[in-house]
Amino acid sequence: MEPKTKVHAEAGKQEYLITREFDLPVHLLFKAHVDPDIVAQVMGTKVLSFEAKKNGSYRFETTDPQGKVIFQAAGVIHELIPDKKIIRTFEMGNTPFGVQLEIYDFEKLSDETSKLTMHVIYESVAQRDQVLQIGLTWGINMAHDRIQEIAGKLK
Amino acid sequence: MNLRRDVFQAIADPTRRAILLLVATQTMTAGAIAANFDTARPTISRHLQILTECELLEPRPNGREIYYQFNPKKMKEVAEFIEPFRKMWDDRFNKLESIMKKYK
Repeated sequence: MEPKTKVHAEAGKQEYLITREFDLPVHLLFKAHVDPDIVAQVMGTKVLSFEAKKNGSYRFETTDPQGKVIFQAAGVIHELIPDKKIIRTFEMGNTPFGVQLEIYDFEKLSDETSKLTMHVIYESVAQRDQVLQIGLTWGINMAHDRIQEIAGKLK
Repeated sequence: MNLRRDVFQAIADPTRRAILLLVATQTMTAGAIAANFDTARPTISRHLQILTECELLEPRPNGREIYYQFNPKKMKEVAEFIEPFRKMWDDRFNKLESIMKKYK
């Protein structure tokens, strides 16, 4: 079976494309990207602010149970056309990844299905490659959590 | 895991990518490869060494010359390298889909 989410990243380029088809009407797919409560659920982070409009800005923050900030991100929305398009910047705090430009295209496939194309552009090839490597760290963390979860049940 | 990272770092360099493109179409000697670049010969040798170490190139000694051959199998690992990143997005989108189905 072909994977639902596809990543197209060519060597030596400072960009990548992510595409995904959803069993959701396009307005719900769009809503998931502009409704602060839903964004918080999907991203697993606290949304400190989210102005879903042109020149609006947003800020995310995640803290651990001790109150220590473990994830920070912020950006500015440059274009927002309901059910069609979002252009925004995204910058993760305290990381060397720089600012990424994100172009989201929302497409209606049928009344019940839709497609998202994310075009993400970086300042340099090195920055893009570093971000692609996050997946490795993330995968290891997930595996680690899973092991802890299983180990927890064995207690 | 480390090896894959090395492959990715190897192709992050524009000169090394150019070398791979050259060698992908035909096996070449170090001298023939270096002739395509303005870069000093020892620099090209260093690039060839890195590409060989991460197995993107395979050296084939032939008499006094070493011919370099492209190893497409290793390039496939580069695609596998981004698999965890793809998986990360896939999981996030699956979550999005299941959350939004409640709003239908």
